[in-house]
Amino acid sequence: MKSVRNWSIRQAKWLHVVYEGMEGLLVLISPLLRRIGWQRLDRGFAWVEGLIKGFLFDSQSCGQCTLGSTGLSCPMNCPKTLRNGPCGGVRQDGGCEVKPDMTCVWVKAWEGSKNIGTPETTIQVIQPPVDARLKGHSAWLRAVRERLGELS
Amino acid sequence: MKFDDEPPPGEVLPQLPGHTSTGRFERILRAGQFAVTAEIAPPDSADPADVYTRAAVFEGYVDAINATDGSGANCHMSSMGICSLLTRLGHSMILQMSCRDRNRIALQGDALGASAMGVANILCLSGDGVQSGDHPEAKPVFDMDSISSLAMLRQLRDEAQFLSGRPLTSPPRVFLGAAANPFAPPLDYRPLRLAKKVAAGAQFVQTQYCFDIDRLNTFMREVRDRGLDEKVFILPGVGPLASAKSGEWIRNNVAGVHIPDAVIKRLAGARDQKQEGVNMCIEFMQQIREIPGVSGVHIMAYRQEHRISEMVEKSNVLGGRKPWTPKHQ
Repeated sequence: MKSVRNWSIRQAKWLHVVYEGMEGLLVLISPLLRRIGWQRLDRGFAWVEGLIKGFLFDSQSCGQCTLGSTGLSCPMNCPKTLRNGPCGGVRQDGGCEVKPDMTCVWVKAWEGSKNIGTPETTIQVIQPPVDARLKGHSAWLRAVRERLGELS
Repeated sequence: MKFDDEPPPGEVLPQLPGHTSTGRFERILRAGQFAVTAEIAPPDSADPADVYTRAAVFEGYVDAINATDGSGANCHMSSMGICSLLTRLGHSMILQMSCRDRNRIALQGDALGASAMGVANILCLSGDGVQSGDHPEAKPVFDMDSISSLAMLRQLRDEAQFLSGRPLTSPPRVFLGAAANPFAPPLDYRPLRLAKKVAAGAQFVQTQYCFDIDRLNTFMREVRDRGLDEKVFILPGVGPLASAKSGEWIRNNVAGVHIPDAVIKRLAGARDQKQEGVNMCIEFMQQIREIPGVSGVHIMAYRQEHRISEMVEKSNVLGGRKPWTPKHQ
């Protein structure tokens, strides 16, 4: 939903803090999560994530979330699924090259990043290409396991 | 001009210390020469003669030739095919490699193949959306983007390994390039975007058409403030508009090209609009030559490639230097 998505971009600063905080909380309860089993939790987490992130950010559930680096604008909504910044085709009114009626995902991402306020640690981070195997899986659990050093 | 250690056409130059490629283009830029590059229009044909004819107009006027990769998402002869043909004659080629049609497996394979064919420069692009071309029903790939493909090719070259980590026995010796569009929103992010491309491995950058020197100057000021001009060779793009009408059409239909009203007005008021377009392009080239931090100019003269010699000569951006040509042999 466009209005919710735009609201999220405007509120990017505190939403980003909440988002990061939630990841911290998951790290905190990670022993419990591990005991239940990452695999067993994946489906439920992915479902909840899809609802929340889908509602707030139009997330496409790629399973390797970059919202923290993209001003809370989901880059998978870009018709070219660019994950590292805007292409050169952005129209003078900020419209997408491919879908002129849609504001460029990265115009929004830059706006959100400015609201968050630390471009060097967010939008300037070079994102690796997407791992196509992770689509539909929980990005939160993955982020927690990455932080714990369980995934390379 | 000809280097002392110039090999026969079709063979690569010796790689100098501090250089990453075996090419003439990197040498020219690192020597501090103002460089000229130009875009060749790929033929809709399988005849090599068509490529040779199209390349002949550049001989002695440009330092490197960009072979476009299905630009505008229209189907033509591949950039790989054109580069393979023209490196055999000794031309310094810039292989444009877009992420629209190939995934990471194909991109890396092509980088190796191109380097083996003597291509010393690769320009990493995201690519135009398929919707803007003649096959809008095609499946867009976009497995990578310009920045992740730059980082991937740098790893291929500097660490001699594929993205998977599997080692190469001989890495591609290439000079890596990227595109920039200082004229498209978000304008205040564009210098940072360039910084990100440099961080990912871009050694030279060619920009979208410049029809607005003020906007280019604003961009370049920010680029210099960030010290980026010390880290990457910047070649702003220029091109002659054929008429006020075609300028208007490009402005409305080619996404990412910004043409101010004043440019259209000046063309509309000219008696010979085509010549006025060339004259304006020459003026832009001269103005760009004076901008600190700029290393050259990239000419995209679609359907007016035969006027490039005139533009290079009249603008005198090369200051009398004559680029290499197969005719030297």
